[in-house]
Amino acid sequence: MTDATTVLTGDGQPAGPGPRDSYLNHGKGVLSWLFTLDHKRIGIMYLAVILASFFLGGVFAMFIRTELLTPGQTIMTADTYNKMFTLHGAVMIFLFIIPGIPATLGNFVLPLMLGAKDVALPRLNLASFWLWLIGASVAVASIIIGAVDTGWTFYTPYSTTTGTAVVAMTLGAFILGFSSIFTGLNFIVTIHKMRPEGMTWFRMPLFLWGIYSTAIIQVLATPVLGITLLLLIAERTLGVGIFDPALGGDPVLYQHFFWFYSHPAVYIMILPAMAIMSEVISVFSGKHIFGYRFIAWSSIAIALLSFLVWGHHMFTSGQSSLTNMIFSALTFSVAIPSAVKVFNWLATMYKGSIRLAAPMLYALSFLFLFAIGGLTGLFLGSLSTDIHLHDTYFVVAHFHYVMFGGTVIAFLAGIHYWWPKIFGRMYSERWAQVSALLIFVGFNLTFFTQFVMGSHGMPRRYYNYLERFTAYHQASTVGSFILMIGFLIMAGYLLHSLVRGERAPANPWGGATLEWETASPPPYFNFEHEMQAGDPYDLDALSWDPSIKGYVRRDPSSVLAAPRGAD
Amino acid sequence: MTENAHLETDGLAVDHHFENADQQYQSAKLGMWVFLATEILFFGGLFVAYSVYRLNHPEVFIFGHHFLDKSLGALNTVILICSSLTAAWAVRAAQLKQIRMLKGMLLLTMLFAFGFLGVKAVEYNSKWKHGLLWAREYHPHVDHEEASEILITKEDFETGAEEGVVEDVTALQKVGDGVLAETETVLIEEAPAAAPAAEANRSTIAPAAEGPPGLATQGTEESSEKVIEVEPANAQTFFSIYFLMTGLHGIHVLGGIGAFMWLYLSARRGYFSTGHFTRVDMVALYWHVVDLIWIYLFLLLYLIE
Repeated sequence: MTDATTVLTGDGQPAGPGPRDSYLNHGKGVLSWLFTLDHKRIGIMYLAVILASFFLGGVFAMFIRTELLTPGQTIMTADTYNKMFTLHGAVMIFLFIIPGIPATLGNFVLPLMLGAKDVALPRLNLASFWLWLIGASVAVASIIIGAVDTGWTFYTPYSTTTGTAVVAMTLGAFILGFSSIFTGLNFIVTIHKMRPEGMTWFRMPLFLWGIYSTAIIQVLATPVLGITLLLLIAERTLGVGIFDPALGGDPVLYQHFFWFYSHPAVYIMILPAMAIMSEVISVFSGKHIFGYRFIAWSSIAIALLSFLVWGHHMFTSGQSSLTNMIFSALTFSVAIPSAVKVFNWLATMYKGSIRLAAPMLYALSFLFLFAIGGLTGLFLGSLSTDIHLHDTYFVVAHFHYVMFGGTVIAFLAGIHYWWPKIFGRMYSERWAQVSALLIFVGFNLTFFTQFVMGSHGMPRRYYNYLERFTAYHQASTVGSFILMIGFLIMAGYLLHSLVRGERAPANPWGGATLEWETASPPPYFNFEHEMQAGDPYDLDALSWDPSIKGYVRRDPSSVLAAPRGAD
Repeated sequence: MTENAHLETDGLAVDHHFENADQQYQSAKLGMWVFLATEILFFGGLFVAYSVYRLNHPEVFIFGHHFLDKSLGALNTVILICSSLTAAWAVRAAQLKQIRMLKGMLLLTMLFAFGFLGVKAVEYNSKWKHGLLWAREYHPHVDHEEASEILITKEDFETGAEEGVVEDVTALQKVGDGVLAETETVLIEEAPAAAPAAEANRSTIAPAAEGPPGLATQGTEESSEKVIEVEPANAQTFFSIYFLMTGLHGIHVLGGIGAFMWLYLSARRGYFSTGHFTRVDMVALYWHVVDLIWIYLFLLLYLIE
């Protein structure tokens, strides 16, 4: 992670006409990064460590898929395999995807969209990053001291009896939880207190609505995970008998506690993805977003509903059938705000002038994959079909279609959309399109086959399988290799762009939100002037200027705040 | 590193990214309230665990709470309420730039907080002595020769129903020398409708594996003539929850002491002479929540009936 940051500082010297002050060259040396209070640098550091975690989780995934090439042992023992899928899950969930979009793009873009100089609580922001580092170190240390083989859900009673390093991993997740809470808290305060002149709640960019809804879940659900993991740690170390049946505890209570957080947590993962979609689809369709208020309210609706559906993870746990029916019905209701969003995005694209640049390619992938992921969620939310599909590869495929096909793909859309703003460099559009295509094909090959074999009864997390599943598993593994190649190409052209990329204009895509009004990369204090906000989707206010290969505002004064009187 | 360009607005230092002192104060305040909401939810998990177990096994809680010292609990409640008063006073003093008063109130608050922990230590110590600890370490010494003493007879319940209150002094005073003995007067206000009961000659706690604990205590109707042993199955659950809740609360008290110490040192350095009272306000808010949680703990753990 440090090497990535030093590469950036080294690169931060603009070779152009005279060194312009930007956040990248404002202050030098590793310490000026590690102890910075600047939201942009904190966002970059988060980006570096989170992509490193994604790489680590990806390596575990490749081991899993390679092992499953053949029935029986292929490259590792069954015990190692159990640890591999646990580590893949735990690293991807707790280290990568939960902080993923809010901590990186959210941190970087949110204050810029507000025309602000920083988030409201910069010290807390830095503390959040450091907590991430500490939590991640503790979690990764668990790999060295024996790894974990419980699955990322740490279900009791197995997690209280296994000899593996459950305490270290859960302690890591506990600390990471506080990092997530601090990020969410900071964003709530920033959005409430630091909106610029002219930006009422319903004139905020939809990215902010998405991040705000996410922050509400982060703040209200994560503490419950905290206490749950603390109880699990106390169960293992002290034997408090809350979850351990041998001491009078109730293991199903653990499941309730765990999912009370972890179901809302999947919306912590998907809401920021939807937030990115609303920006990218509007800009690359050249059209004002359709149904602004519906999209904004649907984010809040998803955030609130997310707290009421946790029981759908426990249809087979012996819950009463009345409880099951209520949770099933509530689960279906989540489909409504999700569909509201998708239809509004489609309506935004309708009759737009669509540009198939890399961010838009990922956005289109998202629409396709999220639709499949979301709709298969209804199969699992139905009581009768869930009995058949529970704990099969169908669940794995559904989860990956939503989390990878949804969140990761939207994250990539966001990375490609804001990359020029963040680093001031353009990437190779041609290679970006190649890798977007490879990722789309590889993803579907990997996970669509899992829907099929899951519905045929292949259980999840199994080391061995029947001969008749071999073809599906092999197709899935081939798909995962294609995915990996797609990501390696992406790593290549993005790193290349950091060094050799063409200089980016302030507004390469024609976005009307405030972050495009400042230079790329932004100066240390973000803006030269006090900003005022207009309609964030008024794309007609911009026109293409070929001389700078970017968009400019027809009336630049429209976003500059009037000089303040005696306020 | 950031240069925190401190601008002078209304005589107060404002961080560079805020427009004025009011915006900075409002941000801090909102942040603190959101943080306190997370604190409530953090404890919320334990309150839910409490509710689930108490609803399913009320007898465990009725039995267990006899071993908590109501007087010490009440004393601690008074101490914490006083400390909330001094904390609030400290905020007022900071607002009025009364630095001497501020320092005095901060010291007094810390004194109360230490007093609270001292009383708590006395209580924990007596639990420790009698082996009344969380599930795995629950080995009540009262089990052996004293076990026969901790009996509540059918007769007791009857008189209890008539008189409303029965002080079963014999029960625990014989337990021995500990603090427990002075105060563990078993109070029974009205006979519980379903009298907690257990198999007649049980000397150890039945493992849960034997069956649903709620069922294990039934079927003693015919033994109404006999002495009813009080200890229900899974009595250890009460002590687990007691230690988890008060322990987590205690950690928060320690955190509060640290925060007040930080404020005190800032006051000595003259930080509050500028009229910058936000920090005192925030810590005091936190302290009131810690206080409030204790009041619930006192009600839910000590004053059961």
